[in-house]
Amino acid sequence: MNLDLRVPMGLLFLIVGAIIGIYGLVTRGSVIYERSAGMDINLIWGAVMLVFGGTMFVLGRRSDKLQAGKPIEGTTQPLGSGRGHGH
Amino acid sequence: MDLTVIDWLIMLLYFVFVLGIGFALKRYMKTSKDFFQAGRSLPAWICGLAFISANLGAQEVIGMGASGAKYGIATSHFYWIGAIPAMIFVGVFMMPFYYGSKARSVPEFLRLRFDEKTRAYNACSFAVMTVFSSGISMYAMARLIQTLHIFDAPFQHFGLPLGWIFHFAIILSAIIVLGYIFLGGLTSAIYNEVLQFFLIVAGFLPLVWVGLKNVGGWTGLKARLPQDFTHSWQGMTNAHTNPLGVEWFGLSMGLGFVLSFGYWCTDFLVIQTAMATDSEESARRVPLIAAIPKMFFPFLVILPGLIAIATPAMTSHAMLAAGQTMPSMNASARPTPVGKVAGTTTMGKGLIPVKVNAVTGKVLTDEKGNPVLDYDLAIPNMLLHYFPTGILGLGLTALLASFMSGMAGNVTAFNTVWTYDLYQSYIKKGAPDAHYLQMGRIATVGGILLSMCCAYAAMSFNNIMDTLQLVFSFVNAPLFATFLLGMFWKRTTSTAAFTGLVSGTVAAIIHHGLTLPADAHPGIHGGWITVVHMYPSEMAQNFWTAIWAFSVNFILAVVISFFTEPRKESELVGLVYSLTPKPVEHHMAWYARPSVIAIGLIAMLVTLNLIFK
Repeated sequence: MNLDLRVPMGLLFLIVGAIIGIYGLVTRGSVIYERSAGMDINLIWGAVMLVFGGTMFVLGRRSDKLQAGKPIEGTTQPLGSGRGHGH
Repeated sequence: MDLTVIDWLIMLLYFVFVLGIGFALKRYMKTSKDFFQAGRSLPAWICGLAFISANLGAQEVIGMGASGAKYGIATSHFYWIGAIPAMIFVGVFMMPFYYGSKARSVPEFLRLRFDEKTRAYNACSFAVMTVFSSGISMYAMARLIQTLHIFDAPFQHFGLPLGWIFHFAIILSAIIVLGYIFLGGLTSAIYNEVLQFFLIVAGFLPLVWVGLKNVGGWTGLKARLPQDFTHSWQGMTNAHTNPLGVEWFGLSMGLGFVLSFGYWCTDFLVIQTAMATDSEESARRVPLIAAIPKMFFPFLVILPGLIAIATPAMTSHAMLAAGQTMPSMNASARPTPVGKVAGTTTMGKGLIPVKVNAVTGKVLTDEKGNPVLDYDLAIPNMLLHYFPTGILGLGLTALLASFMSGMAGNVTAFNTVWTYDLYQSYIKKGAPDAHYLQMGRIATVGGILLSMCCAYAAMSFNNIMDTLQLVFSFVNAPLFATFLLGMFWKRTTSTAAFTGLVSGTVAAIIHHGLTLPADAHPGIHGGWITVVHMYPSEMAQNFWTAIWAFSVNFILAVVISFFTEPRKESELVGLVYSLTPKPVEHHMAWYARPSVIAIGLIAMLVTLNLIFK
């Protein structure tokens, strides 16, 4: 069993991105966007966060599945070594 | 402040996830190594991002925005000169000794290299410092929550007195940080630091984007600001011709060498994240990976300060005006007279209001009669000015997250140093591992309780906190000389190291007592013995205090080493550069070699300085 940070982090960004994005969609053209130089910043940034969150989530899940296929040593370790991210 | 359900929901989600990560990690905390050192098993990129996040507390975010508004882009020296070179040095040269020596903390490395007294001195001062810093973080967060009126609406809804908001904020942050460290130890702290890193980016990137768009992009920004605000090296040949009030030598030696190397290369708060990786190679890469985002952080935290100054006239909506900036415990309940706010804000600069005495309602002025600006409100006012509800919740969550992770890093550093360097070494040796794991959890509770005491002390006795901060700067200033000699000169003896360290601190105290920044009165700012030299700014005085402390430590340690007996060379293998096999890099891909990454980083650093010279 491992906890890859990218899974919960991706999930958080997905949920927050969805909330902000949907709110932005509903409030399109509202006066509240006078503040943000006329841009519907909620919709735009919600979409950016969805993409980022989705990417993180998928990467995290994929590495978890790869890990599950291998015999695991040292189950006290939350993240196995040599799993290919960053090195 | 007009927060809506959406903003609340985002903040709530963050708290749920933070504690959720702690719960998910709980089952992996079986040994003290899992708890204190994250099992030495985390990947380099996670630790790299945690390496800079541990330092990126909210005081840093707010402080850098404030400096940006005050001094302009020259503030980026704190990143480009004051962090990157040191991060490269610790990654390439020092990490093999920290990681390879099997020391579990920085004070423990000092014991392996020197002796018990040097370790005890470092461990004690460090433990006190971490508790104090975490308390200051807690206090600053509670004050910001109070100032921004974040919890006012729910408090009014439930009929609770607004004076309780401060206590509520302290207790809430204490419970959350305690919760996730108690459950998941260092791993939990590191994971939350990484989460905070991405939240800060997600919250501040749109702020810079919208802000820049509003002032007409970089060219528009330049046109609205004084010329020296967008050039970081202009007038640096003389301390009197640049906004920082310090010349290039004091800047590069004091900040770029002594202070920055002293912090990034020896402070266990950041080193602990690198030591949590799975191998020495990864540990070396941690500060190098961290240096890449660190280099671009000025655009995220300093630029909003510049935009705040350049943003035309304050609009009335939701903006924090001066009267609300320094609330006493109950002041937030008192409505500020509208006329007064309007009158004072017009004297501010862009989004920066003037400081107002909370009791009398009068504008604070300096000795020359000019109104004092409250630069610390640059970032909060930027958020309130440019963000509509929705993304405002994200921006505030990023700010709260950085307070929490600033506290968490200090608390994990404290519980490790307390348990390994003080408890296991001097109070109870040779107990079973489970006992130290339990002690780590108790130390976490103790550390948080002490932080809360510090937060309340900071509220009641502002001067005591300033004095303490000053004392810590004296203790830290000479530290790097001890590590430099210890790691790179095998002749350095234990007696020399300890005497040098203590003398360096004494030198810092004496230098402070003999010098004074311009426009300051003798006292906490210096000159309390007698004034023999005046510096153009407090920053210049700080840098030169550090240079003196370092030099005295270095010279004395070298001289004393020649008169004392060195340790046998066989005992120093793995601890001193010349006696340790050099790390092998040729089996790594060329782009993954620490030396190659380091050269790339230096090239990027030079380019950035040339662009913004």
